[in-house]
Amino acid sequence: MDFLIPNQLNYPILSTLIFLPLAGALVLFLIRDEQVAKIWSLFISLVILGLSLPLYIYFDSSTYKYQFAEHVPWIPSFNVFYTLGVDGISLLLILLTTLLVPICILASWTYIAKRVKEFLFCLLLMETACVGVFSALDFVLFYVMWEAMLVPMYLLIAVWGGPEKVYASIKFFIYTMAGSVFLLVALIALYLSAGTFSIPQLMTHAYSFNFQVWIFLAFAVAFAIKVPMAPFHTWLPAAHVEAPTAGSVLLASVLLKMGTYGFVRFCLPITPQASIYFAPYLLWLSIISIIYGGYVALGQSDMKRLIAYSSVAHMGFVTLGIFIFNRQGLEGAILQMINHGITTGALFLCVGIIYERSHSRLIMDNAGIGKIMPLYVGFLGFFSLSSMAFPGTNSFVGELLVLIGTFTGHKLLGALTIPGVVLAAAYMLRLLQKIAWGGKGNTAFLDLNLREIIYLIPLALLVLWVGFSPGPFLDIMHASVNHLIEQLQAADAMALAR
Amino acid sequence: MDLRLFIPELYLLFLALVFFAQSLWKSPAKLNQSLALGLSAFGVILCLLTLNQSGELFYQAYRVDLFSQGFKVLISLGLFLIIVLGRDLKSIDERLHPEYFMFLGLSSLGLTLMVSSVELLTIFIAMELSSFSLYVLIPLRKQTFSTQIEAAIKYIIFGAASTGIMIFGMSYVFGVAQTTYLAELIRKFPLLISEPVALTGLIMVLTGFFFKLAVVPFHFWTPDIYQGAANETTSFIATMPKLAGLALLLRLVSIGGPQAMAMIQVLVLLAAVSMTFGNLVALVQKDLKRLLAYSSIAHAGYVLLGVLSLNTIGFAAAIYHITAYLLMNLACFLVICSVSRQGEDVTVGDLSGLYRRSPLLAFTLAVGAFALAGIPPTAGFTGKLFLFTAALDQGHLALVIIAAVNTAISIFYYLNLVRSAYGQDPNGLPAVSLNVPLRLLSLALIAAIFFLGVLPAWFIDLARKACSTLIS
Repeated sequence: MDFLIPNQLNYPILSTLIFLPLAGALVLFLIRDEQVAKIWSLFISLVILGLSLPLYIYFDSSTYKYQFAEHVPWIPSFNVFYTLGVDGISLLLILLTTLLVPICILASWTYIAKRVKEFLFCLLLMETACVGVFSALDFVLFYVMWEAMLVPMYLLIAVWGGPEKVYASIKFFIYTMAGSVFLLVALIALYLSAGTFSIPQLMTHAYSFNFQVWIFLAFAVAFAIKVPMAPFHTWLPAAHVEAPTAGSVLLASVLLKMGTYGFVRFCLPITPQASIYFAPYLLWLSIISIIYGGYVALGQSDMKRLIAYSSVAHMGFVTLGIFIFNRQGLEGAILQMINHGITTGALFLCVGIIYERSHSRLIMDNAGIGKIMPLYVGFLGFFSLSSMAFPGTNSFVGELLVLIGTFTGHKLLGALTIPGVVLAAAYMLRLLQKIAWGGKGNTAFLDLNLREIIYLIPLALLVLWVGFSPGPFLDIMHASVNHLIEQLQAADAMALAR
Repeated sequence: MDLRLFIPELYLLFLALVFFAQSLWKSPAKLNQSLALGLSAFGVILCLLTLNQSGELFYQAYRVDLFSQGFKVLISLGLFLIIVLGRDLKSIDERLHPEYFMFLGLSSLGLTLMVSSVELLTIFIAMELSSFSLYVLIPLRKQTFSTQIEAAIKYIIFGAASTGIMIFGMSYVFGVAQTTYLAELIRKFPLLISEPVALTGLIMVLTGFFFKLAVVPFHFWTPDIYQGAANETTSFIATMPKLAGLALLLRLVSIGGPQAMAMIQVLVLLAAVSMTFGNLVALVQKDLKRLLAYSSIAHAGYVLLGVLSLNTIGFAAAIYHITAYLLMNLACFLVICSVSRQGEDVTVGDLSGLYRRSPLLAFTLAVGAFALAGIPPTAGFTGKLFLFTAALDQGHLALVIIAAVNTAISIFYYLNLVRSAYGQDPNGLPAVSLNVPLRLLSLALIAAIFFLGVLPAWFIDLARKACSTLIS
């Protein structure tokens, strides 16, 4: 298989990254003591983080081919292989996942009081599924991992969630799975048409336009629900608000990226002509997401709901960058995926910190703590700046690239994103002002303790690193994005030639 | 006549006779249970040993090949698992335990005879043997409950009616083709299938097996019988007749030949209606056995997806899915039999807080429910993947989309079970303790569901090999 570059390292690193969390989760069944369970899962997740660094160090940014590849027959009767590999698009997402899981475990140290072992079990299962989704290069493997992530997330919300957890968890599960079943039918149709489930090989086939349209629509429904794009976003506020902190962080930072990853990995290369055909609709839906998400966030009194709607808006920028089909847009979109993961993850962590103290997510119950918790408000302010794409922070680079790409491609759309950017500043500043100075704060609250500082600092450092020196991150994606654009241009030329 | 080919059946007859002997005196319950366990376990081993036998018996009316022996392994395995599951038979009167095991053995004997029969009258005899044993089993429930007699009468009447239709259809088939041997029917029938009388006859014959599989519109017996019979009996009825019913369906549907468009259309219609009806009605069920009954109607629809593709891969997919269904259903029935304290019916509310009361049972239920819903990486998902692929390959796009939508619908009620077990508080319901065999069985079922789902290649290849003899 000439798309795959076999492993330079002498052990299957991707399989290890996928199955080590699962093994660690199974070991949890043998542990009786809760403290030991927490320490064990933190240890395992840090080990996995360490093991994922060679992916970055030994990554060859000059090629678009899939590296650290593994390719083993799985179900020969149906031509299903166990194929793994990373390229510039998926590498950063895997690293984001392995970074966030230890942070989530640290954040849940005192947050979760009952059934701690099972909570950690679900978190580690999520890590398995998420890394699997981003590294799978065979459609059946991808689908298994994609669906496998539903059950732990459902349990995270349904067992450890807030007051409306029943509603939120069922809505999340059914909405997401309903989209995914169409994905299943589409991938079977692709297999029957091309004879293979292998994603790189499926990209090389040219399908008829009608076939592409149906496949694209089936994929788009599943991914649009996941992203989420308005009007398929209604599960997100419920799920985010009711989930525990670690669940919200993983949901916002990793699960939402699976939708946009799906667009970039599947819709654009496999059904390029249909993507070009449907791009205007998706661009307009992105603009609607940006502006609608922003407006609704402006009116929220629940902190988590506000950040949830801000996620809808930020992901609107990502899909905007994807479907504008030029280099700046795509690179900006992929970078924004990472940035949003870092920033919104950090914001949810901040909300979790204050929730542990005040047991309320409402802004007015937490108002005015600026004098009492200065360190906390410092971090919150820093991450708010990042969320509104202040220059110097990571989101600025991402949004700038997306905006450059949008203006290059379509001036009207570019102009329409400006209100979205302004809205982001508006709702974040409103939140910050009320929390920091908006009232008489509860003097009983303690400022950040060492554990909380430890898990917020890496995220803050990343915000600054990507903000001031985005070069290394963008270099990783160059080859893959260029290859993707070539695939789109070839398809466009083919369509024009006919 | 090589009687070595007949070993599994003779053994099951021996098992039934042992319990007949036990029923003649006041045998202690513990002895009966240990005997049942030991004898059925040995039966599984015997069937595994005879897996590769092949030959014909009884004037070529009885064929032993990989297909039939494979199904016999599954049937004997199912019998063993059910006996472990319901070992103390708390809802059956202790005096009647030997009779209970005897009829279980006789019904399994009938089912194993069914999967090897390749001649219409032999099929009929085998089916009647298994059905009559079940007719007696259903009312065997302690007098404190009242639903079993009604269930028994419904089952007898429905069963007799569907058998009557089947025999009537057999008479038409015989009239058209002048033979009752399946081998010759496969040769002659495709040429005659265009005649309405031939098609009608074939559909009527298939009706008997649609009844066993609980396909709409032959499903009316299912919810009441599942709910009315004892929990252990229902675990048998929910899984075993479907195995044999599918085997015979696969043998008989090949008669029509791959060009039988009208028959395929009938199957498509039945599959679509079964899936949709089963899933929609299951949404409102509170009683667990009734819910599983409607879910079995839906799964019969899914299995038909594989049957109607009329090629080796589709048949293999159907066999895979019914095996996965056996495991998933037994996992759910294990929970039902354990949670029900005196053998009463279990409702979704009775599962409240099962996580606190018995973590292992809650996990078993979750795995079984998610597998039935078709969530990776369980065997239920892989089965659906294979079935959808086989059906879509033959061009049944609309049917596969209906199946996909139904999968999404079904999540709701399966999720309800998991929510009740994990998300709610026990509300004063007592803890459930499991003895060691039940614990081992739970773990084994969970492991089997995941193993079969993640590594299905060996099973699918075996199934394809078995089915290759069918279609040639």
